[in-house]
Amino acid sequence: MELYQKTVFELSRLMNSREVSSVEVTQSFLDRIKEVEPHVRAFITHTPSMALETASLVDKKRLNGDNLHPLAGVPLAIKDNISTGGLRTTCASKILENYIPPYDATVFKLIKQVGMPLLGKTNMDEFAMGSSTENSAFFTTRNPWDLEKVPGGSSGGSAVAVSTGMAPLALGSDTGGSIRQPASFCGLYGLRPTYGRVSRYGLIAFASSLDQIGPFAMNPADCALLLELLAGHDPLDSTSYPGKVPGYVSSMEERLDGMKVGVIKHSNEKGFDPEIKDAVTKIANLLEKEGFAIDQVEMPRTDYGLGAYYLIAPSEASSNLGRYDGVRYGFNGGGDNIENMFSRTRGEGFGPEVKRRIMIGTYALSAGYYDAYYLKAMKVRTLIRQDYETAFKKFDILIGPTTPTPAFKIGEKADDPLEMYLSDICNITDALAGVPSLSVPAGMHSNNMPFGLQFTAPPFCEGRLFNVANYIYRNRDPLLPERPPASFRKGGTE
Amino acid sequence: MEYEVVIGLEIHLELQTQSKLFCSCSTSFGKEPNTNCCPVCLGLPGSLPVFNRKAIELAVTAALALNSSVQLNSRFDRKNYHYPDLPKAYQVSQYEKPIALGGCLELEIDDQVKKVNLERVHLEEEAGKLIHSGDSIIGSDYSKVDYNRAGIPLLEIVTKPDLCSGHEARLFLEELRMLLLYSGASDCKMEEGSLRCDANISLRPMGSKQLGTKAEVKNMNSFKAVEMALNYEAERQRQILISGGSVIQQTCHWDEEEKVTVPLRSKEGSSDYRYFPEPDLLPLLLEEKEVNIIKSVLPESPMDRRLRFQKEYGLAKSEASLFTSNRPLGEYFEIVALKYKDYSNLARWIQGDYLYQLREAGKSESALEPDKLVELLNLLDNGDINRPVAKELLAEMVRSGESPSRLVNEKGLKQISGHDMLLPLVEKVINENPDAVNNYLGGKEKALKFLIGQVMALSGGRADPGEVKKMLISKIAE
Repeated sequence: MELYQKTVFELSRLMNSREVSSVEVTQSFLDRIKEVEPHVRAFITHTPSMALETASLVDKKRLNGDNLHPLAGVPLAIKDNISTGGLRTTCASKILENYIPPYDATVFKLIKQVGMPLLGKTNMDEFAMGSSTENSAFFTTRNPWDLEKVPGGSSGGSAVAVSTGMAPLALGSDTGGSIRQPASFCGLYGLRPTYGRVSRYGLIAFASSLDQIGPFAMNPADCALLLELLAGHDPLDSTSYPGKVPGYVSSMEERLDGMKVGVIKHSNEKGFDPEIKDAVTKIANLLEKEGFAIDQVEMPRTDYGLGAYYLIAPSEASSNLGRYDGVRYGFNGGGDNIENMFSRTRGEGFGPEVKRRIMIGTYALSAGYYDAYYLKAMKVRTLIRQDYETAFKKFDILIGPTTPTPAFKIGEKADDPLEMYLSDICNITDALAGVPSLSVPAGMHSNNMPFGLQFTAPPFCEGRLFNVANYIYRNRDPLLPERPPASFRKGGTE
Repeated sequence: MEYEVVIGLEIHLELQTQSKLFCSCSTSFGKEPNTNCCPVCLGLPGSLPVFNRKAIELAVTAALALNSSVQLNSRFDRKNYHYPDLPKAYQVSQYEKPIALGGCLELEIDDQVKKVNLERVHLEEEAGKLIHSGDSIIGSDYSKVDYNRAGIPLLEIVTKPDLCSGHEARLFLEELRMLLLYSGASDCKMEEGSLRCDANISLRPMGSKQLGTKAEVKNMNSFKAVEMALNYEAERQRQILISGGSVIQQTCHWDEEEKVTVPLRSKEGSSDYRYFPEPDLLPLLLEEKEVNIIKSVLPESPMDRRLRFQKEYGLAKSEASLFTSNRPLGEYFEIVALKYKDYSNLARWIQGDYLYQLREAGKSESALEPDKLVELLNLLDNGDINRPVAKELLAEMVRSGESPSRLVNEKGLKQISGHDMLLPLVEKVINENPDAVNNYLGGKEKALKFLIGQVMALSGGRADPGEVKKMLISKIAE
C-alpha cells in the first residue's frame, strides 16, 4: 500500500513513530499528483516546493522532540477561494487571475501553525457559483470515476484531489451544497459545519450569510480531526461562534443507542434516482439494527428553499462582488473614463454565471422589489429554520440523499441554469438554516458512480454527525471500491 | 407673496477614536497616503468587519448629548454604490435601525431659545479620499485614491426641517460643534474634514404647512460658507418663485470662489443604494446598563455651563459665554475660583491680561499654576503691589512660571507707600518742576497728571498713584 492510500491517522502514527518522514509522505502525494492530475485537473496552482519546505521543517521539529499536532506534516489541498498570503488566490475567476492576497485566511493560519504542507489550490466554479466546476474561468475538473462526468461543485477540485489520493485532506467551502454535492459525486466525506463554527475570515465571499469552510476526507475520523483544528472562535469574524470546540475525535466511538433518526420525506421526489432512494432505506435499516429509532420527518417549508436561496445568495453576491472594479487589485479592463473602466473590468473579468447572479441579486435588492424578493426570501428562511427547530425537537439527526442523482455528464446541464441549480436541491435548506451536515459515501450506483447520503444535526452538533457516519463507515461493503479505479476511464475532451 | 425658508441639515462627524470602525488601523490625520490601511479597510477579498466598541460608546455619548433616544437594538446595513473611494463598493451604514432616534438641540437666537429637533443619529464608515489630476473625476487624466480615511467611524446627524435661515443654520452648527466637543465624541475640525455638513433647503408660502421643492446643497466647508450658501440659495429660489417659476429638485455645490450655488450634473432617476442588512455583522445590541453608565459620566453641556457660570459666580453673560466657548479657560477659571473668591475680578483678569499674555507667550490655558495667580491677585488686593506692577508681573509669570512674591522681592517691586516713604519723592518733583506747579495752581488739571507721572517714574512705578495724587495736592497747597 502506498503512503497516499493511507488514512490521515495512519500517516500521523507513522510519522510520529518516525517510520516515515513528512517529506516522504508529502512526496508520495506529489508523485500521485504527477500521475493523476493530467487526467482530472483538480488544481489551479501547484505548490510542491512550498509543501516540501513545510514538510522538512516539521521533520526537523519532530527530530528535535517538539510537541507536534497530530496533523503536523500531513499535507492538504485548499480551495482557491481561501486567501493564502503571498500565494495567488483566484476564485477561478479571470478577475482575480493574478491576485496575490497580502494576508492569510484564519483557517490557513491555523494550518500553517500546525505545519500542514500545502500541496496546491484547487479548482472550483468561479466565485463558488456552480455545481460542476464547469464555471471555472480556467478549465473543468473531471470526475475520477468517469472522466466524462462532472466532479460536482463548486468545490470540485478539492473533492477530486482527496478521492484520487492526490491529497489526504482538503478544504472546501459550502454556500448551498458546494462541499456535500461534490463529496457525493466523488465518493468521499464532505462536511458543511454549522454556520459560525469555522472562521470565514479570508474566505472570499460569495454569500456571506451562507458561506462556510469545511473539510473533505476519506473517512469520518480524518474529517473530524481536521474540523477540530479549524473550528473555534475567531475575533476577526463577528459571526464566528464563541462556544467551546468539543473533542470530535475522542468522542467518535461513543455509542448513540436510542438516538432518533428522522428520514426526510421530500414532498416532490420526482427527479430522485430510485437507487439512491433505496440506499436511504438501506442505511436507515442498518442504523435501526444498531439501536437507533427511525421515523419519517416532513419538512413542509423546504420546498421553498431553492427559491429563497436563489434570491438571498445572489443578493449578497451582488454586493460582495461589487469591489472587483479594477481600482485596487485584480484584472483591469482599461478604458478612457471611470465608468468605462468599471464596465470593461467587470464585463471582461466575470464569467456568465457570475454575471447572471449579480444581475439577479441587484434586481432583488432594488427599490420597489426588495420587499417582494429579498425580504420575502428572508421570511421563508426563518420559516425553514423553524422547520428544522421543530424536527430537532423530535429527532436527533436527519438523513436524506445528498444529491438526487449521481454525477451528471460534463455539458449536460451547462446550458440550463435551473437544472443545474436543482442538483443542489437537497443541500440548500441546511445551508439556509445554518445547521451542520455531512455527506457520507453510501454505495455505488449501477452505473458505477458513487453517491452519498447526507446527515444533518442541530447547530454545533457536528460530533453527532461523525459518530453516525462512523457506524456507516464500519459497516461499509468491503467489496466496493473506496477510490476510483487506478486506470481512468477516458472519454471527455477538454 | 411672502415666503419662508425651510432648512434641514445632515451633519457628518468623525468620531474621536484611536482606531477605525471595523478594524484596528489608526485614525490619525495627515499620514502618508495609504499607510493607515489593512485588508479590512481596503475591503480586500475575504476580509470581515468587527465592531470597535469605543466608536459605539462615542456614538452613544453623542446621541445622549443630543437628547436622542438610544436604541438598544440597532443594526448595520450595506449601502451599495460604485465609486473608487469606496473600497468594498458598499458603505456599512445604519439605514433601517439607527443607533438613536429623535433628539433636539436648543440654541439662543436673539435672546430667544429655539429648539431644533433631530430625526436620527446613526453610525457609518468613512470613505477614502480622491485626488484628481484635473477638476473632477470625469475631466481628469488620472485620479489618485488615499484610503487612510476609509473606515474611520462617522456619525451622521439628521435634523428635522426646523431651521429658517442661513444664520440659524450657522448658529445651530456652532452650538452643535461645541456640544459635541464637550461630549468628547469628536474634535469637530471642519478644516480636517472631521465635521461636514450638507443642507436641504426649500421655500414655502408663509404659514403653509407643506414643504416646497428642495435643493440639496453640498461642499460647504466652513460655518460661514454654510450661512452664505444657504442665504444665496434661499434668495435664488425666492427669485424663481416670485417670477412665477418653480424650483426643480436638484443637488448643487457651493462655489466658494464665485459665492454661488452650482447645480451638479443630474443623472436620470434617483440613485438606488439597494440597502440590505450587513450579513458580516451581528445586530448591535446595547444594554440599558451600559447606556446608563455612559449617561452618568456625560460631561456638562455648554448650555448648562453658561447658565451655571452666571448663577454660581455671578458672571456676565458674555463672560460665561467666553468661559464656555473656550473650555480650558473656563476650567482654569473654576480651579482658581476655588481659592479666590472675588469672582468678577478674577474673571476680568483671566479674560483680559491672562488670556492676552498666554497668546503673547503662545502657551496653553492652564500654563500658570493656579496658586500663583491667586498669590498675585492677593498681593494686589492687599496693596503690596500696584496694578501696573501686577500686569507686568503676570506677563513675567506666564513666561517663566516664577512665583509673584519672589519676583517682587527680587526686583524690589513692592509698592512704595505711606507718607514717609513718598514725601521725599513728592518734594523733589515739586522743587524741580516749578512751571508745572504754577500751571496746576493756574487751574490746569493736566499739569497735576504730569507731576504724578514724575513721582511714579521716580518710584520706579512702585508708588500708588492715588496716594501720590493726594500728597501732591496737599503739599502744593501748603
